[in-house]
Amino acid sequence: MNYIASIGSYAIMVKEVFKKPTKWGIMKSLILKEIDELIYGSLGILIFISFFIGGVVAIQTALNITSEIIPKYLVGFATRQSIILEFAPTFCSIIMAGKVGSYITSSIGTMRVTEQIDALEVMGVNALNYLVFPKIIAMLFYPFIIAIAMYVGILGGWVAGVFGGFSTSADFVEGLQLDFNTFHVTYSFIKTLVFAFILATIPSFHGFYMKGGALEVGKAATTSFVWTSVVIIILNYILTQLLLG
Amino acid sequence: MIEVDNIHKSFGDANVLKGISTCFDKGKTNLIIGQSGSGKTVFIKCLLGLFAPEKGTISYDGKIYSELSGSEQRNLRQEMGMVFQGSALFDSMTVEGNVRFPLEMFTKQSDSEMQDRVDFVLKRVNLIDAHHKYPSEISGGMQKRVAIARAIVMNPKYLFCDEPNSGLDPKTAILIDNLIQEITQEYNITTVINSHDMNSVMEIGEKIIFLKNGIKEWEGTNKEIFKTDNEAVTNFVYSSELFKKVRQMYLEERN
Ligand SMILES: Nc1ncnc2c1ncn2[C@@H]1O[C@H](COP(=O)(O)OP(=O)(O)O)[C@@H](O)[C@H]1O
Ligand SMILES: [Mg+2]
Repeated sequence: MNYIASIGSYAIMVKEVFKKPTKWGIMKSLILKEIDELIYGSLGILIFISFFIGGVVAIQTALNITSEIIPKYLVGFATRQSIILEFAPTFCSIIMAGKVGSYITSSIGTMRVTEQIDALEVMGVNALNYLVFPKIIAMLFYPFIIAIAMYVGILGGWVAGVFGGFSTSADFVEGLQLDFNTFHVTYSFIKTLVFAFILATIPSFHGFYMKGGALEVGKAATTSFVWTSVVIIILNYILTQLLLG
Repeated sequence: MIEVDNIHKSFGDANVLKGISTCFDKGKTNLIIGQSGSGKTVFIKCLLGLFAPEKGTISYDGKIYSELSGSEQRNLRQEMGMVFQGSALFDSMTVEGNVRFPLEMFTKQSDSEMQDRVDFVLKRVNLIDAHHKYPSEISGGMQKRVAIARAIVMNPKYLFCDEPNSGLDPKTAILIDNLIQEITQEYNITTVINSHDMNSVMEIGEKIIFLKNGIKEWEGTNKEIFKTDNEAVTNFVYSSELFKKVRQMYLEERN
């Protein structure tokens, strides 16, 4: 029952975000600030993680190919498929739920408990539009860093595969190019955009409607991470069934 | 002038305000006093339109809030200034940015007009060299001054302050009280202040409302509060031995 009520308030919140817009001059600088914080600020960690996970995927695939019948180019092929289909869009989004999500919940939650949100509303500002809209717009750039994560992940696989002696560069590249289906990339970016919206709005919801003090801000950030991840995992399943199934 | 007529406000099962009626005059510092949890903040948030009372009306110079259209309510809100208990400054903005914020949001003033207005109000609250500091870099008393500057930058007709001197040392507290009173008189504002501070009551209580358990228990001026024999009021106001003695001496002197 409680969950249904929360889904309802979440839907109402999303509707409010698009009402009574803030002056464009002010909104523009808010959006730029959020792009810097949410997108540019996450680039480093995503590159770092992608590179090493790509490497691990390549090594594990290679170690599992014990039979001589399985072609060597499979290492490149498997790396490409797992990075593009799953790792970059989904795994990175879970990382983002931790990094960006807890930042959003705690920054909005702190504004709630210190009455800064009340102060905005007293002035007649639509606080939801002011705080959440720029985050949604900034997250529209999320697919760009996921594209970079895909590239770096595959690069990591190549480095680990070739320099670890698990595959030759030619085999690996052959695998990368084998049976390339552009729809897989489309599917991946559709997922990424949906996750971007979730990453901007669910943590905002948990921050905006929280009650209590500093301790509760911490708790809200944890709850928000759990729910953002759960929703991403469920939507990942549904979208995969719809688009690839 | 703000007239409050029989307002009720509850959260779930908890009745916080149980039928309060009173009025607040223009150009005066009106005080709401009462113990923690007596409903002062809820009351002031009703006056601000942040909470809608379930019953009763609040009218601002004759305009009944609940009968106004959405845009009329918004216009009325822009005539209100609020100083929150914890100052509620935007911590991502400098002092100047905080004070400038309402101007940028709601006026079409040019950059230099805004700058002049910001400089003027910051000078009015006696803050001269903190323009580019962030809220976390200034003292509690200075934060209160910035909050007052932000509240008055749009020339409000109504000013609300929730415990403006809580957390301040007694001397700074009196300075802040006096500043609010001066501004109230200077600009002829209807000011409502929540307080549990006895110094404020004595110094600036031109009209005092005592809330207890969501009911208006007593109403009067700071002269009258010395003489009242309402037990709830005297218990609250003269809770310390020192104040009890002061009252005794005052009453003896008069007899
Ligand atoms: N948003 C709210 N939801 C539920 N209860 C509230 C809310 N705000 C205040 N209350 C309750 O109303 C009562 C009065 O609170 P408040 O007005 O903050 O007291 P005061 O400011 O006089 O210390 C308290 O018991 C508090 O728990
Ligand atoms: Mg209070």
